[in-house]
Amino acid sequence: MSPLLRTMAMASLLAAALPATPLFAAEVASSSGQSQVMAGDFGPPQGAPIEEKLVDPPGVPAPIHRNYPARVIVRMETREVVKEIADGVRYDFWTFNGSTPGPLIRVREGDTVELHLRNDPASHMTHNIDMHAVMGPGGGAVSTATAPGHESVFTFKALRSGVFVYHCATPPVPMHIANGMYGLIVVEPPQGLPKVDHEYYVMQGDFYTTGTYHEPGLQSFDMQKLLLEQPTYVLFNGREGSLSGDNALKSKVGDTVRLFVGNGGPNLVSSFHVIGGIFDDANVEGGTLVNHNVQTTLVPAGGATMVELSTPVPGTLLLVDHSITRAFMKGALGEIRVSGPARPAIYEKGPSTRFASKSRQVPQTSVALGAGDKMADGKRVFTQICSACHQGNAMGLPGAFPPLAMSDYLNADPKRAISIVLHGLSGKITVNSTGYESVMPTLGQQLSDDEIANVLTYVLNNFNNKGGTISASEVKAARAAGPAK
Amino acid sequence: MISRQFALFLLLFSFAAKAADYVAIPAGRFESALAVAGHAAHVRLAAFSMRSEPVTNAEFRVFVRQHAEWRRGRVPPLLADANYLSQWQGPLQPGASILPDQPVVEVSWFAARAYCHSEQARLPNWYEWEYVSAADATRADARRDPLRNQGTLSAIQGASGNLPGVIGRRPANVYGVRDLNRLLWEWTGDYAAMFPNADARVPGSVVNLALCGGSALAFADKNQYALMMRVAALASLRPADTTSRVGFRCVRDLQGDR
Repeated sequence: MSPLLRTMAMASLLAAALPATPLFAAEVASSSGQSQVMAGDFGPPQGAPIEEKLVDPPGVPAPIHRNYPARVIVRMETREVVKEIADGVRYDFWTFNGSTPGPLIRVREGDTVELHLRNDPASHMTHNIDMHAVMGPGGGAVSTATAPGHESVFTFKALRSGVFVYHCATPPVPMHIANGMYGLIVVEPPQGLPKVDHEYYVMQGDFYTTGTYHEPGLQSFDMQKLLLEQPTYVLFNGREGSLSGDNALKSKVGDTVRLFVGNGGPNLVSSFHVIGGIFDDANVEGGTLVNHNVQTTLVPAGGATMVELSTPVPGTLLLVDHSITRAFMKGALGEIRVSGPARPAIYEKGPSTRFASKSRQVPQTSVALGAGDKMADGKRVFTQICSACHQGNAMGLPGAFPPLAMSDYLNADPKRAISIVLHGLSGKITVNSTGYESVMPTLGQQLSDDEIANVLTYVLNNFNNKGGTISASEVKAARAAGPAK
Repeated sequence: MISRQFALFLLLFSFAAKAADYVAIPAGRFESALAVAGHAAHVRLAAFSMRSEPVTNAEFRVFVRQHAEWRRGRVPPLLADANYLSQWQGPLQPGASILPDQPVVEVSWFAARAYCHSEQARLPNWYEWEYVSAADATRADARRDPLRNQGTLSAIQGASGNLPGVIGRRPANVYGVRDLNRLLWEWTGDYAAMFPNADARVPGSVVNLALCGGSALAFADKNQYALMMRVAALASLRPADTTSRVGFRCVRDLQGDR
């Protein structure tokens, strides 16, 4: 026997030894059990197989209006792609279909789901998928381990309705999840979900980069931070700003919004909250129990929820993890922009006036400070007041607070800033090509002419701005002139 | 004219295989990062020798020239899948985009085994491979160094391109062996018995592999992420599979030639 023939013979032996994978567990159970049909099993799939149309997050496939169980074919591909995790910061994401989270899969209870999982030939890693909607070992992970350039097929029956996480479960599992390999599968109940005006898909995840928050350039996964469970970023949909500015979720006055909210983790539990909203309905942990009038709902790592809220008045609502440091220091911030006419009967901002106070007279500093002292005083004011929103590094927060650092808006007209600090600013502005629509409070009552001059001079001469001086007399004149029309 | 012939000679020479360089690995004991049947695996190894570098495209080209049955297009699908050597321009020509000193990939376990056989060697078993890979340039066992582990992880994740880069860019380890951890995954002779179950999350894994003589397996050292990736990569493959990240190197027993 030639060596080649010998190896061929061995190969066929190996092939014969491979056990066949049982694909139709649900049918086996119902046919052998005779009397007992598994709950959620509405029989074999009917009609022609349906190709699931997947869309990019935060989009969601259309609601299902079907009254029979079908075979639904889902095709996904695992890809390793370098993308921005924040402005100027890149990260090597591992993904389903190139996005974090992967696409939302939508099926009906009783459907037979035929999942085709491909692994991009350019991948370095083997990947698989564990679907929490699956009843069976590994959630399908065993059947879907897929080498680069290969495809696996796994079939399961969706026996329980709910909102379920899927994720990659290849060792090292925490790293595959931390790199962005998760998504949601929604199994609608047979009667479908109540009609709403808007549906969106949001998924939180924690990220561990070797560099600090906002450190620019390509960042690597940091294993020590993962072990300590101290993420550099906590994000919605895998990128800071993914749901802000032009990417904000949209609603209209009087509309209802449904959010499918998942948490990939790998480590943190989310205290999911919408600033300015109340969840009329919240499906607790993504199951069938519905709670009402909820302010903040927990989304476990590897868990989900489905919330519905009404948007009765115009303005911007903020999506946050109300473990609030994560929202303002690590990126877990998104927006719902509600357009339409104001409803003063429900929400009205009254005029802002000053009441007489003996204790706090605005000190009009009469002692002339030297240039260095002015700068130090400006730094103090900046740190005490401005940095709360514009951040200590003056970079602002994407989608919420514009940057003062390298700000084209500021440098184009430094004198304009005097009036903004004195009288506040609201309405849309564009800073460094990014649109902002938030409210700058009036600080004229709180700060003296000198303090305003000092802080503006400080900002103009720091944070890579182009320099310049604002004098107290200029502030005084602007104060006398009153707000711009 | 002479200079042109000389250039051609140089070109041919540069693409010809150097004699494979095997270095001695002394006998020793170590603790595998993999546990067998829930217990830490204390491994005792006899001395052997290992190729200092993975098998290259240039070397594998020589092999397929001499062993026609392993040329692309001639290998039966049972022994190598449709992507076998698909990165090469032709069955005998890697082509201009493939560098001679890049490790050969898109080779099946059967092909790797046959190659090693052709130079009176064999594929390493997992423990042999793991034992040598535990070393770095100054230590025989550098596995507890978090900086070393982080560096390996970052290099693996940061590697760009569809194919592994060229060998020899990093210092050899204390044994004189290079490029074990960062460049590519490597076949081991016993991989199919070592890594039976792709879902290695199950505690005290896994499938009873009495059939193939393997054992239950889990990770005893859960900090060796790069090693876990390697295990996952190999566990997802059948012996005829080929991928763009899997190549190999060979070992020889030191005494009593096989």
